[in-house]
Amino acid sequence: MNWTLALPEIVLSVVAMAILIFGVLYRRDASFACNMLALGALLLTALLVLAAPPGSAYGGLFVVDAFSRFAKILVLAGSALALMLSLGYSHPQQGLSRFEFPVLILFAVVGMMVMVSAANLMTLYLGLELHSLALYVVTAFDRDSLRSSEAGLKYFVLGALASGLLLYGISLVYGFSGSTSFSSLAGALGAPQGASVGLVVGIVFVIAGLVFKVSAVPFHMWTPDVYEGAPTPVTAFLSTAPKVAAMALILRTMATPFGHLADDWRLLIELISIASMILGSVAAIGQTSIKRLMAYSSIGHMGYALIGLAAGSAVGLRGVLIYLVVYVFMNVGTFAGIIAMRRQGRPVEQISDLAGLARTDPGLAFALAIFMFSMAGIPPLSGFFGKLYIFLAAVQAGMWALAVIGVLTSVVGAYYYIRIVKVMYIDEPVAAFDPRPAMITLVAAGAGLFTTFFFLFPGPFVGAAQAAAQVLLG
Amino acid sequence: MNAAGFPVLSLVTFLPLVGGAVILSIRGDEATVASNARWAALWTSLIVFGLSLVLWVEFNPADPGFQFVESVSWMPEYGLGYKMGVDGISVLFVLLSTALTPLCILASWEVIKRQVREYMLAFLILETMMVGTFSALDFVVFYMFFEGVLIPMYLIIGIWGGPRRVYSAIKFFLFTLTGSVLLLLAVLAIWVHTGTADIPTLLHTRLPVVMQGWLFFAFLASFAVKLPMWPVHTWLPDAHVEAPTAGSVILAGVLLKMGAYGFLRFSVPMLPAASAAFAPLMFALGVIAVIYTSYVALAQEDMKKLIAYSSVAHMGLVTIGVFTFNIQGIQGALFQMLSHGIVSAALFLCVGVLYDRMHTHEIARFGGLVERMPIYAAIFMLFSLASVGLPGTSGFVGEILVMIGAMQVNFWLALLGGVGMILGVAYMLYLYRRVIFGVLTKVDLKGILDLSPREVAVFAPLVVLTLWMGIYPQSFSSFWASSVAQMVQQHTAMLHHSVLTTIASR
Repeated sequence: MNWTLALPEIVLSVVAMAILIFGVLYRRDASFACNMLALGALLLTALLVLAAPPGSAYGGLFVVDAFSRFAKILVLAGSALALMLSLGYSHPQQGLSRFEFPVLILFAVVGMMVMVSAANLMTLYLGLELHSLALYVVTAFDRDSLRSSEAGLKYFVLGALASGLLLYGISLVYGFSGSTSFSSLAGALGAPQGASVGLVVGIVFVIAGLVFKVSAVPFHMWTPDVYEGAPTPVTAFLSTAPKVAAMALILRTMATPFGHLADDWRLLIELISIASMILGSVAAIGQTSIKRLMAYSSIGHMGYALIGLAAGSAVGLRGVLIYLVVYVFMNVGTFAGIIAMRRQGRPVEQISDLAGLARTDPGLAFALAIFMFSMAGIPPLSGFFGKLYIFLAAVQAGMWALAVIGVLTSVVGAYYYIRIVKVMYIDEPVAAFDPRPAMITLVAAGAGLFTTFFFLFPGPFVGAAQAAAQVLLG
Repeated sequence: MNAAGFPVLSLVTFLPLVGGAVILSIRGDEATVASNARWAALWTSLIVFGLSLVLWVEFNPADPGFQFVESVSWMPEYGLGYKMGVDGISVLFVLLSTALTPLCILASWEVIKRQVREYMLAFLILETMMVGTFSALDFVVFYMFFEGVLIPMYLIIGIWGGPRRVYSAIKFFLFTLTGSVLLLLAVLAIWVHTGTADIPTLLHTRLPVVMQGWLFFAFLASFAVKLPMWPVHTWLPDAHVEAPTAGSVILAGVLLKMGAYGFLRFSVPMLPAASAAFAPLMFALGVIAVIYTSYVALAQEDMKKLIAYSSVAHMGLVTIGVFTFNIQGIQGALFQMLSHGIVSAALFLCVGVLYDRMHTHEIARFGGLVERMPIYAAIFMLFSLASVGLPGTSGFVGEILVMIGAMQVNFWLALLGGVGMILGVAYMLYLYRRVIFGVLTKVDLKGILDLSPREVAVFAPLVVLTLWMGIYPQSFSSFWASSVAQMVQQHTAMLHHSVLTTIASR
């Protein structure tokens, strides 16, 4: 049995448990040491992921290929950046400086890695639950804060409902096709008689359960509340790595076992995509809290990414993967800026608190402006390339309605992004923020450089995404 | 490969960014930073201008194709490359951009007092984007420069503009972006259909007639906003009124030309059948722009708004010229674009001179300035007359050529265009009379000063150019004569071909 294929996941779980034991036994405050160890573990895992050969293990439950490698590296990078941000945030009164935090993040990462390697509906469910349970806890991690606890509970209740839908869908799919393995499902569904009604209903439930995780409309209700209530570094984490993992999971599930039924589910994905783009751009306009605004922004971004899935071609899947890369970096960068919004040791999160930032902190304002223009999709920033490859897929597939709605909602979205630039650069300054930790500067600068200079070296990313997309379509 | 022997276009395009990096690295207290940023920006833009003169000297007017071509592979497997080059149609707009930038920096020397470093940085980035737009030979690269203009211009209007700057900046941004994203879809459609985004190749590609129709409107959405054409011109008066003087200069001088350049570079050669089919629509929009906005200009109480509306009218004339598809019309449109780039830039600078002294653009606040500002009055008069197309100034050549071109298409088109020109005389002379002539009665104007040496230095090159273009237009029109001739010939040939294929397919 080729169990070594799962070596990165095994190592990461073992290290996470070791850090947990270390944290318990260590007498003094162990949070900083645990954070550092966790970062090291993520780096080590990334190396192992790169070294792992492609193949299938555990009787076809688990698969390693170019696609899983691409998604895992992105998940690990996003998680490491979010963890670095939480280091900058740590403050004795605000909950996050406990050693359990990095441990929970690591368990969530293990869950996400299992998700992207899942080759069976059961593995898929296991990975999803592992990462979700860890996320529910970190959302409520600031346990003395009412908002954080409320957010955690909301997330848990709705997440449990989504898991139920997913599990129900899986049982229907199993019942009507006789298998949970992706490869035998693909074989069974490829038969010429097509899909039975029960199977289609099952697929719809599976999609509903998965789409909840990427917070696309109409399963987005939890997003603004959870984003707003969770401690900001947790929000940064929630909006990057889990989105990547869930989107990768959707891609694999839709393209591999249900790929032959694309004509049956395409319309559903199109509608979800259109609804997400419209809601994400329109509902964000009225927001006053920057965290809620980012929640709607992420709903919109997931809508754009889903265009690529709706197109269903290799170009489309490649577009989704490139979009995710670009999205992770600009999102982490933006959250670095949001975490830096503190006055007298207390976080502030109204958009109006950013007023005049260009004069009180020009560097941070410049970085945030880059992220905002990038999210609006203005060239030559990386966000433009994300949209470019997505719309290319839509145009190639002849999905003009989707493409036109997509570009027009991106104009509506641009309004609220440039409004933030306006607040920072044009409004009169309010009091300056507290000095920011070096870690936040580092993350913001790194993400800013990536976003600005992506256009110089798109080749490797496009190539890797292309290889990953090819694997899915066989 | 390259007449200059070195990658002159890339240098001209990206050298401003190097200057920007230098400006970013300046340290010290605020006054030092401001002063050093001004000098660094001025020298960068002057060096860039000097370098761009290589294009003027080395350009071979007999060659209708692209020159100074540089090509680096970027994403070859997707048919994308970094490719730069200029032909007769674009070369003078590169020079216009590089010439106006140092003047803009000089014009903002004393006026811009806060965030000087960011201001100069924005102008240098803007220069990169402008030059890149006119010299990109890959459609995707072109789009990146074309839309990248939005970021610095949004900030220039939004940060250093007048009281309603936020509204104007956001309006400018959203109008332009809406048009641009539709252009993006058109670019992608062409890219998917042909497998390449290389502009010289696409100029000789025959696209299906039905597709041309859709693409034409997607192009129109973008270029009409940029030009701007009636009825999507409403962002322009707002943007001009609120923008700082130098922002207005670049907006009127260069950014408006991008729309007409888009028509000439893409719509007419790539979509010949659709362009011919929709030419009447374009004529109608052009005539409406000329006549309607001229009437609107007559009623303005704000100098900048008046000149902004006159820009819309002039651009209407350019639209008419482009879609006549004959040599006179297109040459006239090009000449009018170049002339308007200089004259309207100068007019906005004239308004800026008064604004710096009195902090208002309201016409009623002035009067009788000739008593105190004789040099200013003379310069303002020259540019007002150039704007209405007095023979001997640059404005005349463009207008007369467009009229000749329009006359070949339709008598009524030429007549209606001519009515707009008469109205143009009316509003410009009315403006001039109210501001310059009359009795100097207003107390606060008694102490107003004439032009300073710095201001004279800003105006001098524009005066020379205006007269040069008016008296000896040949030295400018020779640049594009062969390119335009080839374009017209090719347009006729392609049109003939697509008519034949349409008949054949029935």
